[in-house]
Amino acid sequence: MSAPAVPDALRIENLDVMYRVRGQERSVLRNLNLRIGAGETYGLVGESGCGKSTAALAVMRYLPRNGRIGGGHVLIDGEDLYGLSQTGLRQLRQTRLSMVYQDPGRALNPAITVGAQLAEVFTVAGAYSADADKRAVAMLRHVRITDPERVMGRYPHQLSGGMLQRTVIAMALAVDRKLIILDEPTTGLDATVEAEVLDLIDTLRREHGTAILFIGHNLAVIARMCERVGVLYGGLLVEEAPTRELFAAPRHPYTVGLLRCLPRLGLDRKLRRLDTIPGFPPSGAVELQGCIFANRCGLVRDRCRTEPPALSALGGGRSSRCFFHEEAGDLPRVTPPDPVEHVPPGEEHPLLVVESLGKTFGSGSHSVHALRDISFTIARGETVGLVGESGSGKSTLARILLGLERADPGSRIAFEANRRGGTQARHAIQMVFQNPDSALNRSHRVGRILRRALVRLGGLRGEILRGRLLALSRGVQLADSYLQAKPRQLSGGLKQRVAIARAFAGAPQLVVCDEPTSALDVSVQAAILNLLGDLQAAERVSYLFISHDLSVIRYVADRIAVLYLGRLLEIGPAESVFQGPHHPYTEALLSATPAPDGTLRRVKLSGAPPSAMSPPKGCVFHTRCPRHIGPICDTEEPALSERGGGHGIRCHLGSDDLGRAQVDQSSAA
Amino acid sequence: MKLSARGGADDRSLAQETSTLSFLIRRLLLSLVTLGVLSILVFAGGQLLPGDVGRSILGPLADERAVAALNHQLGTDRSLTVQYLDWISHFVRGDMSTSYAFRSPVAPFVGAALANSLKLAAVAFVIVVPLGIAGGVLAAMKRGTATDRIITITGLSATVIPEFVSGIILILLFGIGLRLFPMTATAPPGSGVLTGIYYLLLPSFPLVFLLFGYIARMARAGTIEALDSDYTRTAVLKGLPWRLVIWRHVLRNALLPTITVVASQAGYMIGGLVVIETLFRYQGIGSLIYTAARGHDFPMLEAGVLVVGLVYVAVTLAADLAYTALNPRLRGALR
Amino acid sequence: MSLAPALRSGPVRWERTRLLLSTPTFMVGLAILLFWVGCATVGQTLVDPLADDMMNSLLPPSAEHWFGTDQLGRDMFARVIAGSRDILIVAPLATVLGIVCGTLLGLIMGFFPGLVDDLLSRLIEAVLALPLLILALVALTALGASNGTVIVAIGLAFTPQVARVVRSAVMSERHLDYVAAARLRGETAVYIMVVEILPNILPPITVELTVRLGYAIFTVATLSFLGVGLQPPSPDWGLAISENYALIGGGYWWTVLFDALAIGSLVVSINLIAEGLNGALE
Repeated sequence: MSAPAVPDALRIENLDVMYRVRGQERSVLRNLNLRIGAGETYGLVGESGCGKSTAALAVMRYLPRNGRIGGGHVLIDGEDLYGLSQTGLRQLRQTRLSMVYQDPGRALNPAITVGAQLAEVFTVAGAYSADADKRAVAMLRHVRITDPERVMGRYPHQLSGGMLQRTVIAMALAVDRKLIILDEPTTGLDATVEAEVLDLIDTLRREHGTAILFIGHNLAVIARMCERVGVLYGGLLVEEAPTRELFAAPRHPYTVGLLRCLPRLGLDRKLRRLDTIPGFPPSGAVELQGCIFANRCGLVRDRCRTEPPALSALGGGRSSRCFFHEEAGDLPRVTPPDPVEHVPPGEEHPLLVVESLGKTFGSGSHSVHALRDISFTIARGETVGLVGESGSGKSTLARILLGLERADPGSRIAFEANRRGGTQARHAIQMVFQNPDSALNRSHRVGRILRRALVRLGGLRGEILRGRLLALSRGVQLADSYLQAKPRQLSGGLKQRVAIARAFAGAPQLVVCDEPTSALDVSVQAAILNLLGDLQAAERVSYLFISHDLSVIRYVADRIAVLYLGRLLEIGPAESVFQGPHHPYTEALLSATPAPDGTLRRVKLSGAPPSAMSPPKGCVFHTRCPRHIGPICDTEEPALSERGGGHGIRCHLGSDDLGRAQVDQSSAA
Repeated sequence: MKLSARGGADDRSLAQETSTLSFLIRRLLLSLVTLGVLSILVFAGGQLLPGDVGRSILGPLADERAVAALNHQLGTDRSLTVQYLDWISHFVRGDMSTSYAFRSPVAPFVGAALANSLKLAAVAFVIVVPLGIAGGVLAAMKRGTATDRIITITGLSATVIPEFVSGIILILLFGIGLRLFPMTATAPPGSGVLTGIYYLLLPSFPLVFLLFGYIARMARAGTIEALDSDYTRTAVLKGLPWRLVIWRHVLRNALLPTITVVASQAGYMIGGLVVIETLFRYQGIGSLIYTAARGHDFPMLEAGVLVVGLVYVAVTLAADLAYTALNPRLRGALR
Repeated sequence: MSLAPALRSGPVRWERTRLLLSTPTFMVGLAILLFWVGCATVGQTLVDPLADDMMNSLLPPSAEHWFGTDQLGRDMFARVIAGSRDILIVAPLATVLGIVCGTLLGLIMGFFPGLVDDLLSRLIEAVLALPLLILALVALTALGASNGTVIVAIGLAFTPQVARVVRSAVMSERHLDYVAAARLRGETAVYIMVVEILPNILPPITVELTVRLGYAIFTVATLSFLGVGLQPPSPDWGLAISENYALIGGGYWWTVLFDALAIGSLVVSINLIAEGLNGALE
């Protein structure tokens, strides 16, 4: 190989990184080798704890205080990063290397105006301050911020998440860099905003010819953004390939398993059960006996347990850390492929009827309609998916149904159990929370948590209680020994199983699942979704399933409701909502969801989401609507009108004028 | 996509967001309510004090009728509500009733004592605030090193030693041993400002010890939080020189919360003056309260205690206003 | 394939204990405290702090009287050793009283926002506008000075401060989903407060306990020095300093120095322990 004329933007050679935790060394990155050519976009994916963020920090030479480089080199634009003096390092950061962070709200200094922080990038590189201000304004315009002069004088807390992330991107691009690291740049942003930011990054990257190291957990986002992808597992790069090939034919069992866990858009629990990855990720011990994935791998042989495989080149820019990479595609399924047993929702009287539900916070001129005119039903055994971005009021709705919050007078919530038993209602509606850490009392043992639920919700005592406790915990596939554990000793997925078991202790009729998998890795998410499906089939329970992830909603829901600024914009059977006609907002949401294969035509929204404090007059969506038809949208709120087959849309446009799906969704299955 | 783990919090926090102006008005009204409650407490406390007022002034041997007459003259035979309203309405007009011990109005005594105490407190503050902040910031920047540990542990230990203990050790060392400072805080009549400050130096040291640890600890915690923050990382990774990172990005955020601490400590320091002023024989509000309590001079005691509470409430209110004015997050909302 | 791996880590408690035992500040503090607790329990059986000898008053430190003698010719060493007893009884009891009352009040305030919390908050804020020492001074003037009244006065003066700490701890727990889950089970408010929330806020309460103990010793000593705390003939340190303070002008430094150092060492030891606990419980 001859020396390249242009040095690689990034070259990582045999990099080892350790953390010291409670006096013990833990290996976080092992012998990492990576090359990003000038102008190339490289994605590094992996689940939590795989070391991807550490890789970003090591490349910035900004490891936490307890971290250290065990060996190896990092070369930025041909220069040895860890051989540089402090001055050299500063110069490198000023001119050739930059980073965009996960949480833009925290990455900017709350006490300094956005403009001053951006201008700093120019002054530190030697510009005069007046000139720096001028260039900062230009840069803000460059990242498509309207009215940049005004934004210059704003403090970070006065800007929305999307605006902040644009500002940080402007900062990173202000000087033409060789390499920009994007560490989960859109995690925490709403789907429609995420789509805009990703578009922006893509456009600017082409304009500037900057190389990008894109770090993320979302395979679909990585697939959309990157030319090449590396998969990290337990601090080791297990596979590397051009994006298209990696997703089409992965050559490492871990990658294969990971992709099978994804509920791809269009997949539905009535068609196929998600596959999972058994076992648990490695703990980070310094010494490795064999293949790091051996104890979770369906293809494992004796050799894998004794000899660590090397990352071997397979040709065509591909490499895999597996002895049996040709067989990776034949990885046996862990779960049977047959769909989760599904009993169609009952035709009898609906379990829950909600009519004209409203919720107002505050009073007088300060009052805010968090929810207005919400009507829907849930049948017995049915799953209703609720989609909405932040501020849409979806959590408030859940809390009202659970009785944790009171609805405005005039709202009607009729729960079937109410009419029969009165006090039974409480036991009949339970909840699975988003964050299992806060949902379980950290000072109680798992057994105690479940036992109390059985006593209160099931009214059980004595020997029956003991028997039911074991049945309950086994029902969510918890080993009996976990009953003695405190929540902090369990992984996120196990904690969520405990929370699910608790919700099912009293044979509930409706379980509200509030983003139950959004805090979990995809492989864990798949197992939890399967579990919820099995429980539904066994107990004939109904779900109100809240999520921002349309593929998850599509997978679990029979019907889908779309909430925006406290208004129900669309509701209907899952197929109809995905097939169309769509409400313009739903259309934008659908097109904003990147799929691992094949992209949809993007429906772009203009403007930032309005504040829930002061929703727009007329149709609440008119300020961002790409299908705006005239003054009627600005003044008159449309009714939720029936479009056939129980599909309602709140829009002035007729069904024929509304958008429809451009690809056949069912073919993706 | 953000969804608060608390559920619904995203909607509610929006609904509860009120403008800073109405927050300030609320804050002001609450201070007044606090003062009102305090005055009732002080008055009620005064009523709990034992014995017959006339009797305790005139002594056990006095004539029964003389005691009754004095009680009538002092108004202590009226109903409690009437007495309270009478007392508080006079108090707000600056008329703090009459001292039992001196048989003359309380106000001039309290005024003079407060002025003296404020002088002493001012000297202590001028020394301790820069010292504490510098110590805290230094400890934070040298986190985990011997410097950090020495500053932290010294500050911590100095903070918990009672003022009379450190005061006595200081007197033994500098007053008696080295003869560097006078043993009293009161300068001879007719001496200038500098002499006055010189006399106040030794008494201010125990207060400096007491406060140094608090201020240093807050400054250290604030600085460490700012150093570990994402925005400091952004600043460093921009390639800013370390000096600029500290001055422009770290300190601005780090020291803001320290304002509130300094203020609340300023209020508490008045309490520390009881001991210092007794130890150094200084006519301040602390020694006034102490003397009044021991001599059962209730009007004087009530006035002194209420003035101490007033100073505390005023100082913390001022600190909150300063904090609001300096914090762009709140200042922005004010517009 | 391991389907049930080892639990994530061992018991928390043991880990914390080990961490504490390896913290030098904590160990030094503990050693000093144990020394004074030893003196308080067996000190009076070894030395007699009350034996006076007018012929040998105000002797400077010597081989016979390590810390010299006071005005009545009492051995200062014996008095310093024995002086630890009353303060080590009164201060902890006052602390426990303050912690118990404050925790109760704080739980109620934190769990019932709205009117209850607003009213109690105003009251607490008003009380907190007064320095602890002045509160205790006024209370003791009203109640008269004795060991019992000192305990009550300091305990009650601590209550609002503890309540404020507990209240904010409860407020941050109250919004967590496990509390919502308990409500969904129909648990009573008392059950949620005591069984669900209380165990989770024990760490800050423990830290508060040690910090308050330091303040209690501080305050008891100061009140004794001011003559409204422990009463003669107790060999209490603060009281002894108050009695002998007038003598230092005459150069009899040993009558106050050792008592002063004793108080200093005790409060510092408590704070070293508090600091160590704080670090371990974080």
